[in-house]
Amino acid sequence: MSGNMNLTLKVWRQKDGKSQGKIVDYQVKGISPDMSFLEMFDVLNEDLIKKGETPISFDHDCREGICGMCSMHINGRPHGPKTGITTCQLHMRSFKDGDTIVVEPWRASAFPVVKDLVVDRSAFDRIIQAGGYISVNTGEAPDANAIPIPKKYADEAFDAATCIGCGACVAACKNASAMLFVSAKVSQLALLPQGDAERKQRVESMVDQMNEEGFGACTNTGACSAECPKEISQVNIARLNREYISAKLTSDNI
Amino acid sequence: MNWFLKTFSGSIGRKLLMALTGLFLCTFLIVHLIGNFQLLKQDGGEAFNFYAKFMTSNPIIKTTSYLLYSSIVLHIIVAILITLQNKKSRPQGYVVSKNKSSWASRNMGILGTFILVFIVVHMKDFWAEYHFEDLPMYQLKDGSMVKDLYLEVFGAFKNIYYVGLYVFCMGAVGYHLWHGFESGFQTLGLNHKKYTPWIQSSGKAFSVLIAAAFAFIPLYIYFIA
Repeated sequence: MSGNMNLTLKVWRQKDGKSQGKIVDYQVKGISPDMSFLEMFDVLNEDLIKKGETPISFDHDCREGICGMCSMHINGRPHGPKTGITTCQLHMRSFKDGDTIVVEPWRASAFPVVKDLVVDRSAFDRIIQAGGYISVNTGEAPDANAIPIPKKYADEAFDAATCIGCGACVAACKNASAMLFVSAKVSQLALLPQGDAERKQRVESMVDQMNEEGFGACTNTGACSAECPKEISQVNIARLNREYISAKLTSDNI
Repeated sequence: MNWFLKTFSGSIGRKLLMALTGLFLCTFLIVHLIGNFQLLKQDGGEAFNFYAKFMTSNPIIKTTSYLLYSSIVLHIIVAILITLQNKKSRPQGYVVSKNKSSWASRNMGILGTFILVFIVVHMKDFWAEYHFEDLPMYQLKDGSMVKDLYLEVFGAFKNIYYVGLYVFCMGAVGYHLWHGFESGFQTLGLNHKKYTPWIQSSGKAFSVLIAAAFAFIPLYIYFIA
């Protein structure tokens, strides 16, 4: 088909967490500009399987930008050259015929490589388990407007809640800091009355867990927000700092 | 006190120390600059030597100076601790990395190291000379005899290497402030649409003005005075 592309891929291959990895070159031919980046990988993996080689492992699930599974560092940027999208929403029309594309896994001590481009992001799950929830008795769904919430706060909480936990913020940050993720998860509850009861305990526990997982400190470079597929704002990090400082000054945890 | 130590050994607590000491040091730069402007008075050193005497004898200034020294030391120690942790957080780097952030924000450690080297040289040449060496004396208008620091500084600013180092390091100060000023407020949790644009623009103006004004004085003395 006309307009199809031939590309050189330089992909990080690593057998398992204990092995040394390296960049391996692959040629892919006849790639349609309408394919997504992950579909291009599917084509490459089909080729590898036919040749009897081990296909490249990569994380993916919904392929519509909402699950947060895909996690490729493409040509030096998490989720590739476009802003506000995940790798699965990146299309091959963003590249030119003959391009060389370097694909690496997220790099952070808290995100160890499992295999090839797959990293273990369960550190994020443990941060959520430390306090990213509200303790309520489940039962019948409450009335929609039983608790009045000004639209402004509902909107801000929702903006924070759009975080899909993909880890692009950690991948983009020169310090591998998870502050944008934690700030989004703290903010979505801190802004709402439902989150108020446990707010001090929550922020202290989640930040403690974040430190324990070995993420770096935030030096406010702003690279995380620039790469976040959901465009989570730096305002959330300031809110997290505020929540943390006020919790430290007033909570009962000695 | 467990909670206290835990707070300041965690990442946000450490950043809080960086912000508080950093912003305090910003106020010191203003005071220091006002003093340096006394060098521009063509009065044989009266104004600058009077200022030097005031800064080394006034009890409030002397007390504040200990707060200043400890702020500098704390800022450096905490910066090293944060940097070591941050390096540990990414043991393996990327083959290709196009980081979308300002150059200054990514290189605060390098800029800070230049500033530290400058502070050491600066303290050795002026502060230590003034306190521990026999310098020519100068008689102030009030009759008191003081060491002639003006002569010392003027001599240094007639040395092209010293002027070059000074101007280069003021560039490092400017870039350090370019990121550091607004970053300090963000770390303190102060980010709001009402005042953040103002903090950002005044931070940029502050960094340029401070660096330019400090660098202007040795250049003026070397080339014009």
